[in-house]
Amino acid sequence: MNHPTKTERTEAPERDREEQGPPAVSLRGLRKEFGSVVAVDGIDLDIANGEFFAMLGPSGSGKTTVLRMVAGFEVPTDGRVELGGVDVTRQAPFSRDVNTVFQDYALFPHMTVAQNVEYGLRVKRVPRAERRTRAQEALEKVRLGQFGSRRPGQLSGGQRQRVALARAIVNRPKVLLLDEPLGALDLKLRREMQVELKQLQRDLGITFLFVTHDQEEALTMSDRIAVFNEGRIEQVATPRDLYELPATPFVAGFVGTSNVIDGDAATKLLGEPGTFSVRPEKIQLHLDAAHVPTHHAVTAAGVVREVVYLGSATQSIVDLDHGGSLIVLRQNQQSSEEGDVAGRGAHVHLSWSREHTVSVVPASPDE
Amino acid sequence: MNSAAEGTAARPHLLARFGRAAGGLPRRVSTVLHRHPRLRLGFLLGPPMLWLGVAYLGALGALFITAFWGQNPFTGDVVREWNLDNFRTLWESEVYRKIAFRTLGIAALVTVVDIVIAFPVALYMAKIASPRLQRILVIAVLTPLWASYLVKAYAWRIMMSEGGIVDDLGGFLGLDTPGYGLAATVITLAYLWLPFMILPIYAGLERLPDSMLEASMDLGAKTGPTLRRIVLPTVFPAVVAGSIFTFSLSLGDYITVRIVGGANQMLGNVVYDNVGAANNLPFAAAVATIPVVIMLVYLAAARRTGALENV
Repeated sequence: MNHPTKTERTEAPERDREEQGPPAVSLRGLRKEFGSVVAVDGIDLDIANGEFFAMLGPSGSGKTTVLRMVAGFEVPTDGRVELGGVDVTRQAPFSRDVNTVFQDYALFPHMTVAQNVEYGLRVKRVPRAERRTRAQEALEKVRLGQFGSRRPGQLSGGQRQRVALARAIVNRPKVLLLDEPLGALDLKLRREMQVELKQLQRDLGITFLFVTHDQEEALTMSDRIAVFNEGRIEQVATPRDLYELPATPFVAGFVGTSNVIDGDAATKLLGEPGTFSVRPEKIQLHLDAAHVPTHHAVTAAGVVREVVYLGSATQSIVDLDHGGSLIVLRQNQQSSEEGDVAGRGAHVHLSWSREHTVSVVPASPDE
Repeated sequence: MNSAAEGTAARPHLLARFGRAAGGLPRRVSTVLHRHPRLRLGFLLGPPMLWLGVAYLGALGALFITAFWGQNPFTGDVVREWNLDNFRTLWESEVYRKIAFRTLGIAALVTVVDIVIAFPVALYMAKIASPRLQRILVIAVLTPLWASYLVKAYAWRIMMSEGGIVDDLGGFLGLDTPGYGLAATVITLAYLWLPFMILPIYAGLERLPDSMLEASMDLGAKTGPTLRRIVLPTVFPAVVAGSIFTFSLSLGDYITVRIVGGANQMLGNVVYDNVGAANNLPFAAAVATIPVVIMLVYLAAARRTGALENV
């Protein structure tokens, strides 16, 4: 990973090699138009068995529409949806072996928690005794074993979320679809649920297909992430690759903070034309040019315009002498007010290693 | 800052306030109302409570009281002596018993017919039609309420006459016009009160999120089970709310049955005839209490379903 190469778009994680057979979900040339609006503009994607896969993108990028086409709530304008190698493009939702956790949970208010969880088994005519046991198991898996007789209206947001999860996994689907499942929870609860979801997925071994607009959520939980923008996929990669080697300026900007260097600045700083991305924490800031490490191939001089204290780190915006500006992030390893934090107006030298400069190519609007 | 300084600082402010309050009567009234929330509430609710108490409950009370009075058969004057004669006549006379049960049956049948017709219409409006078509349909459902009751009733009379449009269209299917009678009465009443059933069910379905239907199908339920297990339980209170309208409006009706009902009578006709031709007000009042009592029982039953909680 020394060189800034673009990640292969359909590279599957290692565990895929152990599991033979067709991918859990396979999308081919998937398109969806609503009137004159193109919501999904030709998506090709393979999701391996047992993978925790995230579809990440801003609102309106088409990620939820893709999820809804996998679930069967929307019929694609063009293209194919395959589940385990079987074409299900024209199948109704009730015929597909997938289950969905809805953004608003969509619990049935007139049923108890246990009846909600049993619903899928009940309509499939699973005998009552088995239904009871399986529902109880599912509720215990989400730590709601005692709540079976409550109504959804008597539960907190986090508990409802877990009921929705139990209601979906009780059917043991091949693929679990999650539509921004943590969006309605507060930050602390969301962090807890992220860990819990990941654990649950590992326990169950079910393929999770997860939609989110929260890049941090996608990075923490997923095996692989597809970044959506305007109905297309910008990049499919592991969280690490996505962050370290963003393929396009959009990915560099959407996943974490990034400095994009292009045009004149690129030629002057890096000695070659093109568009490049450097993460703020890769850049070192020195008051004295003599302190620049010798292995740092890229250097630039500038003036500090703004210093923002972020708690764990300090962010500085530096106007370069060459023109343009860079964001630099520095961990606050010493808690005392050290003199080496350059104040506003200070002349500084920036440096970073050449390998942290990633070439990004804008996705062409028409391929 | 010492207290003396505060005192001088407060004075101009106080003066300004008095000055403003003296500025005009409306402002002074507003200030008084602002300081006395109970007075405010009194002004707000006083007039409607007065109307409700005197004109509405008072009239109802007078009706009940009159029902226990009698009539001098020679002069026709109301005799203010308490007795149960009116109710005894009602109970013992087979004609009145029959009319009471007929009225009840018609009201129940109209309600059932309206539910059966309104549910699919409301479902289409709320869940399938585009927002534009949805608005058009709401207007289409409401428009007949603007037309005169009599016009609509007479329109049905003409349609169901011999050689009328129902006769013509029914001819293709080998059906006759029902003619004037109970069937025509039920059809006409069901038509008249249909909007009162469609609108609550439509509102109830509007409140049912689409994701709930999707969740049901996602969990493996086809359309039938989804309707039965998710949609119907959710809109049941709305159906009950709508049935209160169709049921009570049918119970009290006496015009439609006159126009399309042939020789049949409903309770309303008995009341009408006793107020008018027979001039027996106490007996009319006694007859009129029957639908009121039926409705009270019905409302008590509806309350238990929870239908009255979110209407």
